[in-house]
Amino acid sequence: MSFALEAGQVVGLMGDNGAGKSTLVKMIAGNFRPSEGTMRLEGRDIVLHRPVEARQHGIEIVHQDLALCNNLTAAANVFLGRELRRGIGPFRVLDYKTMYRRAGEIFKELKSETRPRDLVKQMSGGQRQAVAIGRTMLSEAKIVLMDEPTAAISVRQVAEVLNLIRELRDRGIAVVLISHRMPDVFTVADRVIVMRRGRKVADKAIAASSPEEVTGLITGAIEQV
Amino acid sequence: MAVTLDQTIAQKQRSRLAEFVGGQTFWVLIAVLLACLFLSFATDSFATAKNLYNITRNVTFVAIIALGMTLVIITGGIDLSVGSVLCLCSMVLAVTMNAGYSIEIGITAAIVTALVIGAFNGVLIAYLNFPPFVVTLGMLSIARSLAMVASNNTVVFQFGPDHDKLLALGGGAWFFGIANPVLYMVILALLTGFVLRWTRFGRYIFAIGGNEHAATLTGVPVRRIKVAVYMISALSAGIAGIVQTGWLGAVTTNIGAGMELQVIAAAVIGGANLAGGVGTAFGALVGAALIEVIRNSLGLLGINAFWQGTFIGGAIVLAVLFDRIRNLRQSE
Repeated sequence: MSFALEAGQVVGLMGDNGAGKSTLVKMIAGNFRPSEGTMRLEGRDIVLHRPVEARQHGIEIVHQDLALCNNLTAAANVFLGRELRRGIGPFRVLDYKTMYRRAGEIFKELKSETRPRDLVKQMSGGQRQAVAIGRTMLSEAKIVLMDEPTAAISVRQVAEVLNLIRELRDRGIAVVLISHRMPDVFTVADRVIVMRRGRKVADKAIAASSPEEVTGLITGAIEQV
Repeated sequence: MAVTLDQTIAQKQRSRLAEFVGGQTFWVLIAVLLACLFLSFATDSFATAKNLYNITRNVTFVAIIALGMTLVIITGGIDLSVGSVLCLCSMVLAVTMNAGYSIEIGITAAIVTALVIGAFNGVLIAYLNFPPFVVTLGMLSIARSLAMVASNNTVVFQFGPDHDKLLALGGGAWFFGIANPVLYMVILALLTGFVLRWTRFGRYIFAIGGNEHAATLTGVPVRRIKVAVYMISALSAGIAGIVQTGWLGAVTTNIGAGMELQVIAAAVIGGANLAGGVGTAFGALVGAALIEVIRNSLGLLGINAFWQGTFIGGAIVLAVLFDRIRNLRQSE
């Protein structure tokens, strides 16, 4: 399977359970190493061994389960794995003040009533989503991968998340949206890629496709387009 | 007046003070203070300099290990081997010094032993995914047996040329008449508290206990942190062993037997949650203090020593009960 992403474009990645969507996305995010094949970013070959390296290249991911630590504050979760520190050499301590301030700015940008100093344990589904998405905004991301961002939230929050995806797109970020929900993909995506049993069976503009066709491709009723 | 988004974001639900007062550690601390107050009036012998010196010194060995144990418990693990590791490290120190080596070499040997054992536990748990309970239960048996092998199951009470130095290290009071072990405990507690609150390492320990999967996905070096945590736990047992050797002036192969349970009890009473993600250095000290005050007071009040287990067990259940009630209220 082979595909390309373009800046400022939302690509819907669809497929049945076990089609390989999450595996594909985890390879792009540096969680898994591909056994073969190459990845190129802006014309250069990249090899990712760890999630940290993916981030250095500007690839961010929002995990399906959001990957939040309930016992930590919202700010601590946003900065998890890349905490800001101050001081010199081995005597560096966590820079709480700056992290709270930056997290506050990010939540404001997301228009989310999320308090950086509160524990994630006490937060609503929408706030938790904001924390997870806030992580992708710490640095200038080029690609944001979203694994089922609308799977476990209320209807109103789905609209919020879709708005957020549009906002990311308008900033020139390439967004990959993995979803089971046909309406979400057809509302927000510019292009759809369908996977079945580890292979790409379709890659076309949303305008040129239909929910019926995509359903057929997912189930195998339509072999390939 | 309408509340703007800015104000909402700048707000914090509860202040740090409110959080502390609402916590388990605070109530256990109150219990300790009330018990001390009661004993000062009820008995003539509690509030004497000698008894307080004894209590503070007795607290230290459990408390020092409880600091290391708290880190392990915050990651969601457990270390059952600390009592045996204490024994083995004491024995390595004793045997090395008994053979005529200096105190520096003896202490180095004991600390290296502790770190090797901790690394062994940690690698099995973090890289081979062994359950911590099983690995450290195995080590509980292995370390004590090795201590017996090292000493041929004899009592060591001659520590070679640096005999007096070792006894001063553990039994002296170099600073305003405060027993040396207490000083070590306070220094180690401050260090642990600092690491937990202010370092990235401390942050990662909490993250692993809160959601290990999330920590892995966000690039936290989970395995290395886990190995480090078990090494610190074994190291704390080793340090307690060295200090205890100096204080007792003799090492037998049964010191530290059953100590792992007292240590875990101290950590849990002090607010560490065995499910992971919660715990403080201060809590470990407070928990250890409560256990020691109970032990001491039963003796002073003339209550049969057989009751000790009942009271300490009751304290464990009560301390956690308060926490459960609070959680139930929150979830409703």
